[in-house]
Amino acid sequence: MSAAPEELEQAFDATVAADQRVEPRDWMPEAYRRTLIRQIAQHAHSEIIGMQPEGNWILRAPSLRRKAILLAKVQDEAGHGMYLYAAAETLGVDRAELTEKLIESKQKYSSIFNYPALSWADIGVIGWLVDGAAVCNQVPLCRCSFGPYARAMIRICKEESFHQRQGYELLMAMMRGTDAQRAMVQDATDRWWWPSLMMFGPPDGDSPNTQQSMQWRIKRHTNDELRQRFVDMTAPQAEALGVTLPDPQLRWNPERGAHDYGEPDWEELKQVISGAGPCNQQRIAHRRAAHESGAWVREAATAYAAKQARRATEGAAA
Amino acid sequence: MTPAESGGPAPRDSWPLFEVFIRGKRGLNHVHVGSLHAPDAEMALHNARDLYTRRNEGVSIWVVDAAAITASSPEEKDPFFAPSGDKVYRHPTFYSIPDDVPHL
Ligand SMILES: [Fe+2]
Ligand SMILES: [Fe+2]
Repeated sequence: MSAAPEELEQAFDATVAADQRVEPRDWMPEAYRRTLIRQIAQHAHSEIIGMQPEGNWILRAPSLRRKAILLAKVQDEAGHGMYLYAAAETLGVDRAELTEKLIESKQKYSSIFNYPALSWADIGVIGWLVDGAAVCNQVPLCRCSFGPYARAMIRICKEESFHQRQGYELLMAMMRGTDAQRAMVQDATDRWWWPSLMMFGPPDGDSPNTQQSMQWRIKRHTNDELRQRFVDMTAPQAEALGVTLPDPQLRWNPERGAHDYGEPDWEELKQVISGAGPCNQQRIAHRRAAHESGAWVREAATAYAAKQARRATEGAAA
Repeated sequence: MTPAESGGPAPRDSWPLFEVFIRGKRGLNHVHVGSLHAPDAEMALHNARDLYTRRNEGVSIWVVDAAAITASSPEEKDPFFAPSGDKVYRHPTFYSIPDDVPHL
């Protein structure tokens, strides 16, 4: 069966306009496929690299309860990476190829993971702010026009709410503790607040791909809309926790029915994206080392599978 | 044959792709939940447990080599589905029965 290119394009547009899902074997514009591969790969890489700042604290968790929780969270992030690589593969790329591109710095991951986790309070703040911002970004992606991506996001969002809550609960425990512990929470909040706002990407005026992505219904809201939603969600949480968000311009604006807030340092975001963040090199070096030192395991598993398959055919022949 | 979910060419020399199906609880069908790579079916089963059932999402898992799945072509209006398209008499709503006839 062969349809004319215009017909294919019309069918695709109609599917998207009707809020139906595009599935992997449907015809789709090359640019749509490329955009999705880039976005899903970047998202998958973020989950995988995102294990590092927290994984570093598993052995230093202050109790068995906190250790078990953190371990479960980091395992979830590995799972998220796997769901997303699998979604990317339905578009005709190979996971191994994406991993190579990551460790050769040819594909990006979220800028947020290039900041270090300096104290135990950072673990709480990462759950609260970083996973909180991720949830804001990800909930609308559950309705993304590309079926496998939307389905992966539904799984992921279900798991993320635990991530955010365990972080907030950890911080509440510290806030009930000593002055020194409260100071740690404030310090971690001060350091993670602005990078968390940057997770939504550059301001709308500086985000040339947003328009097209919204037309394709990959994206449902602009960067600034999502950032505003995050600020509005988070401000009362900070108050309940008893910390101050480090933005003197942050205040409720009754006319807008939303919080006014200050401008993040976009120059810093550009720097971190282009590789000059505090931990960029360390993150990639660690990912590369893990990939290389795991090679023998992958090879052994392949060899074992081949041996089993050979035995099975020999057994059948005998 | 093209795997059910994969649009592109077979992966280079990596492990085969398995599609994963999970029975959420007794009495339900196995439902497709995603896919993964593994060197063989047994490892695929273990990986599927770790990847897709970290929160008691299932009581049974199937893994199927994606290359073994035969799929219809994807378009919903495909002639493949035409035989059922014009058989409205297969649905109960096709038959009009007076409202005062009970239990029908
Ligand atoms: Fe995640
Ligand atoms: Fe998370």
